[in-house]
Amino acid sequence: MTVTAPPRTLFQKVWDAHVVRAASADTPAVLYVDLHLLHEVTSPQAFAELKQRGLAVRRPERTLATMDHAIPTTPRPRGPFVPSDPEAAAQVAQLERNTSGAGITLYGVGHERQGIVHVIAPELGLTQPGRTIVCGDSHTSTHGALGALAFGIGTSEVAQVLATQCLLQEPPRTLAVEVEGRLGPGVTAKDLALALIAQLGADGASGHVIEYRGPGVRALSVEERMTVCNMSIEGGARAGMVAPDETTFAYLEGRPHAPRGESWERAVESWRALATDEGAVFDRVARFDAATLEPMITYGTNPAMAVPVRGQVPKQVSGPTERALAYMGLVPGQTLLGHPIDVVFIGSCTNSRLSDLRQAASVMRGRKVAPWIRALVVPGSQQVKREAEAEGLDQDFREAGAEWREAGCSMCIAMNGDRLERGQYAVSTSNRNFEGRQGPGGRTFLASPLTAAATAVCGHITDPRELVA
Amino acid sequence: MTSRPPVTLVRSRTVVLPGADIDTDQIIPARFLKGTVREGLGRGLFADWRSDASRRSSFALDRPEAEGAQILVAGPNFGCGSSREHAVWALMDAGFRSVVSTRLADIFKRNALQNGLVPVEIEPTAHASLVAAEGQEARVDVAALTVSWAGGVAAFALPPFARRCLMEGRDELDILLTYGDAIAAYERGVSLET
Repeated sequence: MTVTAPPRTLFQKVWDAHVVRAASADTPAVLYVDLHLLHEVTSPQAFAELKQRGLAVRRPERTLATMDHAIPTTPRPRGPFVPSDPEAAAQVAQLERNTSGAGITLYGVGHERQGIVHVIAPELGLTQPGRTIVCGDSHTSTHGALGALAFGIGTSEVAQVLATQCLLQEPPRTLAVEVEGRLGPGVTAKDLALALIAQLGADGASGHVIEYRGPGVRALSVEERMTVCNMSIEGGARAGMVAPDETTFAYLEGRPHAPRGESWERAVESWRALATDEGAVFDRVARFDAATLEPMITYGTNPAMAVPVRGQVPKQVSGPTERALAYMGLVPGQTLLGHPIDVVFIGSCTNSRLSDLRQAASVMRGRKVAPWIRALVVPGSQQVKREAEAEGLDQDFREAGAEWREAGCSMCIAMNGDRLERGQYAVSTSNRNFEGRQGPGGRTFLASPLTAAATAVCGHITDPRELVA
Repeated sequence: MTSRPPVTLVRSRTVVLPGADIDTDQIIPARFLKGTVREGLGRGLFADWRSDASRRSSFALDRPEAEGAQILVAGPNFGCGSSREHAVWALMDAGFRSVVSTRLADIFKRNALQNGLVPVEIEPTAHASLVAAEGQEARVDVAALTVSWAGGVAAFALPPFARRCLMEGRDELDILLTYGDAIAAYERGVSLET
């Protein structure tokens, strides 16, 4: 007798394949983790926990560490690396001891593979369709762009994964975000992400795993999909995913950790089967038209407070929006175009990949950054930096008057010395405009690399379509 | 076997932070994340709000009546943003044992449960009433799954497992370690029947 399996979503297929022990009446499912990514900031207390309990790291070969959050991104000569901040130096030294003691690969500062954790794993081919990936970092949702189930965890859970390679998980709900239409000229994946979050709300996707679907998503490159999945957490989602397709396979083929030869053929075959089945049901569906989208910018203190760059701050405000505008020094109904800016930050796990830097360089090339603007361009990884330099993008940035930095999180989280001064305004390609996120008292407008670069050149908030043909 | 103190009842005056979408960068700014231990993070709790002179006089946590409070009544989507468990450590270091909201951010809620900080989500009308009863005594009863205060009572939900872990002071890592055989079998490509 043949039993037809019920249709399943991409999420459900990946989840089902990783259940070590099914949920019972009194215990949630035990979920296996294929890849565990570590960085210096959220891992020390987890290693301490293992030591205290006399536990070993179960699968060091399924674990990869890098340094990104607290390290300086100032240009530096070759040689031994010591952060000038003694606390950061101690944290970095702790990560070195913890990883070498456990036999975990560490791409530390100075290593050719060092970079932001969510940039290096995909570029190394470690992020693969169908994998479960966790990291003590909320932007782990980035890896869903390749069809992985990837989510951020706290440090207690980091300890659990180190010791058991597993997590106890209550099943999330599913949300299909159906994107019709294609992005117009000068409109990017970042604008799509900001518009989606503005529509969903800062907690609109709470408790859900999002699957981004439809022709508007299929048309995006893998790097663009990463930008969209990266910001899933800003809508409250647990994770964001895109079903793997030919674009995904083309991105992965030949990367250092991607399967080769016959293994590659078999892998691609199994990855094709991950796509959501016809007739599978999502708990919720949201629809979106990419074709009508304009470049977006935030005006407030969470990423959902976003409007088209040519638009205005809402006229009717109350509660959180009122407070946000007071912090930002903006008034209801104000036009954002032309608003003066002090700093432009191009980087972060949202927008620091080669395609992002190409876009920013296309605007800055042959132009000058306005004299009162400090512009930082921070590549996401050493590999991105090398590739950008091979294309001469660093020259475009330098000649325009922007700083070309080493790889790291930098001014996105402002814990490494790269930060705004109190009261300064920044246009940033990062993911969070929270109060003080880029430095105490700093005020952040989130936007795309095109908008950020156009703003750097003009010295005030600018619609990039005025500068790109 | 490591365990936390069991939590069955939290009873104290409330402190209220009613704003929506208070993110973990507010709860503890990133510059406090450079340590390597869990202790002592209370000094970073809402550091930027407390250092802002224009707000200091009115900031709920700094009022004398907040002293000794264990229940924080927070607005919707409290704890959104970064996954930093330091936010929970800082709240607990400052004496809090429960956070009551209409909706807590997912990762924050997970982190709270790992540490015995009781995450409570109640419906908006009851929440508004609890906000209005600012500074009065409230009881978060994990056994009964209720929050009660002079003006009312509201039910909340927790997964049975999370509730049991809180009440028994159990630790998820200890539970996971009991599944060593199943994990090894999974790794060999064999799934154990349960």
